[in-house]
Amino acid sequence: MLDLILFAIPALFVLAGALIVIFAKNPVHNSMGLVLTLASLAVVYITLNATFVAMVQMLVYAGAVMTLFLFVIMMIGVDKAEQTKEEIKGQTFLVLGTLILLGSLLTYVVINSGFKWDLWFPAVEYSIEGTPDLIASTLFTGWVFPFEVISILLIVAATAAIALAYDTKTPRKDDD
Amino acid sequence: MSIDIIISLVKAFLILGLLLTNTILLIWLERKVVAGMQSRVGPDRAGPFGILQTLADAIKLLLKEQIMPLKADRAMYILAPILALVPSFLIFMIIPLGPDIDIEIKGQSIRVPLVGADLNVGVLFFLALSSIAVYSVVLAGWSSGSKYPLLGGVRASAQMISYEAAMGLSLVPVILYSGSMSMTEIVKSQDGHLSSPIPFLDAIVSFIPNWNIFPQFVAFVIFFVASIAEVNRAPFDLVEAEQELVGGFHTEYSGFRFAMFFLAEYINMFNMCAVTATFFLGGWLGPTFSNFLPPLISALMPAFWLGVKTFGLLFIYVWIRATLPRLRYDQLMELGWKRMIPISLIWLLLSSIVLGIREFGLPWS
Repeated sequence: MLDLILFAIPALFVLAGALIVIFAKNPVHNSMGLVLTLASLAVVYITLNATFVAMVQMLVYAGAVMTLFLFVIMMIGVDKAEQTKEEIKGQTFLVLGTLILLGSLLTYVVINSGFKWDLWFPAVEYSIEGTPDLIASTLFTGWVFPFEVISILLIVAATAAIALAYDTKTPRKDDD
Repeated sequence: MSIDIIISLVKAFLILGLLLTNTILLIWLERKVVAGMQSRVGPDRAGPFGILQTLADAIKLLLKEQIMPLKADRAMYILAPILALVPSFLIFMIIPLGPDIDIEIKGQSIRVPLVGADLNVGVLFFLALSSIAVYSVVLAGWSSGSKYPLLGGVRASAQMISYEAAMGLSLVPVILYSGSMSMTEIVKSQDGHLSSPIPFLDAIVSFIPNWNIFPQFVAFVIFFVASIAEVNRAPFDLVEAEQELVGGFHTEYSGFRFAMFFLAEYINMFNMCAVTATFFLGGWLGPTFSNFLPPLISALMPAFWLGVKTFGLLFIYVWIRATLPRLRYDQLMELGWKRMIPISLIWLLLSSIVLGIREFGLPWS
């Protein structure tokens, strides 16, 4: 019972934050809704005994990434009216088609699994605590290759972003 | 209700009380010290040496009218001061005030750690909460619906992101040295005295306590500078620069909501100094004189030593504020990105190499 309550309260906050992200008109409210979602997810992680992941979630997503979001929103200007016109032709139909495809895929999986709930949500091993030691030894021994590949991917992405944004043609005047 | 929950509640209330009373003392101390440095008298009317001045100010702020600007975004305007206050109270929960003590309750002895919560990811908890604190400043600036607060908010987000990176990087060598992310373990790892493999040096350094500040001096300086920037104090107080931005992000706030920002700022200062003392100055470690002091007083000695170190650092904060002029915005960014982050990266590399050699020997031997 206590487990259910501890799960239900943060889960409700996760959903409420997600709804704010979708329905709020003001971009700052949207981003704060996302912060609420991410922070509540961290609480869910704590109830799952994954304190390290929870703290990293708070630090990286709720802390750094969302602050940058807010910063960019404020730099661009909040007061611009939201664009309600369709950018891509037939946007609505494409979205509907994708939704139907996704829905039928999910239905197929659900029917094929014979309605066994416990198969989709395997029991969590509560006795294991996600300590930094455990995560580090798992990440740097068994999963070191995927880890390194991801780090290369991130470096490539960062370099590409700098290369795209850095304008070498126009002379920079304000540089001292 | 189980005994654990009661103990946790008692701790939470004690820490709340400690932080609130401490703030009163701290504001008075700052005003007195700055006044002394500027050859003024400072507050001296309310109470002996003006020590009740802060209390009088607090009562005045509570009784004042709370103004809501016409163009303000109501929800965010109310949320911002709360977001400032909550993380500042939470950070102090992870700072250990002393070793575990045994308490006798109903005939059974219970071991109580003198820390709000001993997390095995304490360092990350501290960093996560200090990154949450940015929101209060940014939201307060934006939701006021006014030009100057908005500028303060934009400055705050840029400044705090820049210095948070350096702060986190400067803590990594400390974690490597201590071998743990738990604050309690970090304090315990600083016990004892320095030692050196060379006999001649060993005789010299064996008087110095084994605090992290000595092997990690560069990390200490980076962390200290970044912590001043993180709590938006002079010379990094561009967020609330009076001459440029009226009051910065809290220009439009009045009454109790302003008091909440003020309180959060001073609690954050205190937290930062206590965290610095825990990471670099050995935390609660110090002589307890248990031989010739009564047991109760010698049990309180660790908390006393932590207090001495914290207030020593706070004095340096105030000293810096009274001495250094404010940085220009581009100087601030240059210091953060071009100096502090590269230096902390190089320092991390160097101390990792030293630790590796100490642990595994030289690569060719």
